[in-house]
Amino acid sequence: MTAETATKPTTHRARAEKKAKTQLSEGRKQERKLGWLLCAPAAIVMLAVTAYPIIYSVWLSFQRFDLKFPDQREFIGLGNYITVLSNQYWWTAFGVTMLITVVTVAVELVLGMALAWVMFKTLVGRGIVRTAALIPYGIVTVVAAFSWKYAWTPDTGYLAKLFADGAPLTERASSLAIIVLAEIWKTTPFMALLLMAGLALVPDDLLKAASMDGATGWQRFTKVMLPVMKPAILVALLFRTLDAFRVFDNIYVLTAGANNTSSVSMLAYNNLIRGLNLGIGSTMSVLIFIAVAIIAFIFVKLFGTAAPGSEEEGRR
Amino acid sequence: MAERSRESRRRRRGVAALAAVALLGPTAAACGGGDDGGVPEINVYYAPEENFQQVVDDCNQQAQGRYRLAYQVLPRGADEQRVQMVRRLAAEDDGMDVLGLDVTWTAEFASAKWIREWTGQQKSEASQGTLQQPLESASYEGKLYAAPKNTNTQLLWYRSDLVPNPPKTWDEMIKMSQDLKSQGKPYEIDTMGAQYEGLVVLYNNMVASGGGKMLSDDGGKVEFDQGAVDALGTLQKFASAGVTNPSFTNTQEDGARLQFQSGSGAFQLNYPFVWPALQEGAPDLKDKVKWARYPGIDAGTPSKVTIGGYNLAVSSYSKHPAEAYEAALCLRSPEHQLFSAVNDGVPPTIESVYDDPKMDEAYPFKADILAQVKDGANRPITPAYQNLSTVLSATLSPPADIQPEQDAKELRGSIQDALESKGVLP
Repeated sequence: MTAETATKPTTHRARAEKKAKTQLSEGRKQERKLGWLLCAPAAIVMLAVTAYPIIYSVWLSFQRFDLKFPDQREFIGLGNYITVLSNQYWWTAFGVTMLITVVTVAVELVLGMALAWVMFKTLVGRGIVRTAALIPYGIVTVVAAFSWKYAWTPDTGYLAKLFADGAPLTERASSLAIIVLAEIWKTTPFMALLLMAGLALVPDDLLKAASMDGATGWQRFTKVMLPVMKPAILVALLFRTLDAFRVFDNIYVLTAGANNTSSVSMLAYNNLIRGLNLGIGSTMSVLIFIAVAIIAFIFVKLFGTAAPGSEEEGRR
Repeated sequence: MAERSRESRRRRRGVAALAAVALLGPTAAACGGGDDGGVPEINVYYAPEENFQQVVDDCNQQAQGRYRLAYQVLPRGADEQRVQMVRRLAAEDDGMDVLGLDVTWTAEFASAKWIREWTGQQKSEASQGTLQQPLESASYEGKLYAAPKNTNTQLLWYRSDLVPNPPKTWDEMIKMSQDLKSQGKPYEIDTMGAQYEGLVVLYNNMVASGGGKMLSDDGGKVEFDQGAVDALGTLQKFASAGVTNPSFTNTQEDGARLQFQSGSGAFQLNYPFVWPALQEGAPDLKDKVKWARYPGIDAGTPSKVTIGGYNLAVSSYSKHPAEAYEAALCLRSPEHQLFSAVNDGVPPTIESVYDDPKMDEAYPFKADILAQVKDGANRPITPAYQNLSTVLSATLSPPADIQPEQDAKELRGSIQDALESKGVLP
């Protein structure tokens, strides 16, 4: 989120300049200049605290650098990238991460929409309904993950009893299902919150007019509400996808990556913090960064013009 | 009215000032400690041990003002302990003086130049009377880098009402368990099978008992001989013989203890902490449970079992190394090892401590522990042990799916990569 706010003015400005350099009035120019002056301090601080670590980790990723062997540090170019990208653990983790991302975001979109609708339409006890719906999002992920873990552990857990001879966290498929479930439970409210903001955008008159014209409930939903909500849906999807791709805490607590359930973030942590291999670990961080950037790019460029950061959105 | 509001404003300001002092107080105290020319403060970073504070207090008294120890309790999990120390040492933190290292980390910390070598008088004091295997775990490339504080080893705990004579080998134990199962009696062999260090220890026990080797003697090269391949077969056989708990592949130390304590197990392979817990947690079982040496591979050859435990090292970034060495020696002195053995159940590394009569009551199995530690097997001593362990546990898990020849071939490659920190850790 922070990175986005930093880049937004830049792209906006660059494009706007190209098109409207000559058309700008003197007053607009002054206004723009003031705007830049006002956001400069924040932009500088952010560059210092984000750009430096990013550049440093890119630099580390070109080196063989293991804290255990301080004397063997050397520059090896793209060697680490070749090692990581030709490694089966990396691709397994990548597959797991993609699976978790796609499944959770898809399910959360549907459930989140339903929850948003409920929160939006409730007349009686609106505050209570909204608070109750947001509780899972308010619980610390690690705490929630531990309670899921105990719930699924035979002997101590109430959910494990649902399975015949169950230790569901010892099998790959059931572990992944539990991780996905925990993620969905946790972040559906977040999705619902963003979607509810979109719901509020839909003018009541539009819906009334549609129903006067004989539109059914489903038609009103797909033909009227969804198009109007599109920007909000895209924001929600983008945030959640980026978030889901970095999934770490639930996996760390629930399985610790056993039975091939590591995500790319888990793998990076294992190599960087536990393995002390700064070279390989940084390479993974950079690759995750690139993957996240690609996801953001796809959302912004390919999914219509109303996505955050596009020209459409910036226009007054 | 005006009077009252001024009064309340004044009071509020007072509260705010108090809060500020309360917030700043600990930081200021923490920063000021030790370096004001007075008594040097030695920070001991050690795993949680219930009565260790008493040992620390005792050493403070013996120091008579030469230094003042502060016990900084590390997290409970071994991984978290290591990560915390590593992170701070990588940043050259001088706030850590004495470090409690798991036996498998000593080589790594030494190679990274994070801990100081022990020499001269201190070296001879640390090694005098110390058992050979623990001392080896504290050495790297022929130099001593830590003083062994306590050791540890797993024993075989069995139900004497179900098993009259304890098994000597894995094959025998699996057979006994299967017989009990067919008779409808408690039969499980409960031990650690989750994908973590515990699984590596289980495998290392089988490798060492069978006379196999994973690495060359200097720890620099992969060897993975026939003994290591056979151990893969033994582990696979054990895991797929239908004698484990359903949760075997997700079980760590405490899980195994609980499984056995709940009555479904006939055998348990675990550390001695299970004994006091059994006395309290399962009074109906306590008279039925006995102990024996960990099972081996051949009936004729006694088993060789992995040793665990902690070593005390002095950080390279410590500002008071002389005092830190002295403090470490005090913390692991014979009298304190005896105290910790009796009160916290951690086996001593100094042989003479085992002769003390106080050991008999708390440690009825002390003879077996001593015998096993004397023949003990260290895990491969290499700075890259953490990599090796991660790669091993990933390949061994789940144990029932091991394919000895194929996995051995894969491990030879991935272990060599791990030793050279070239490969990717799972």
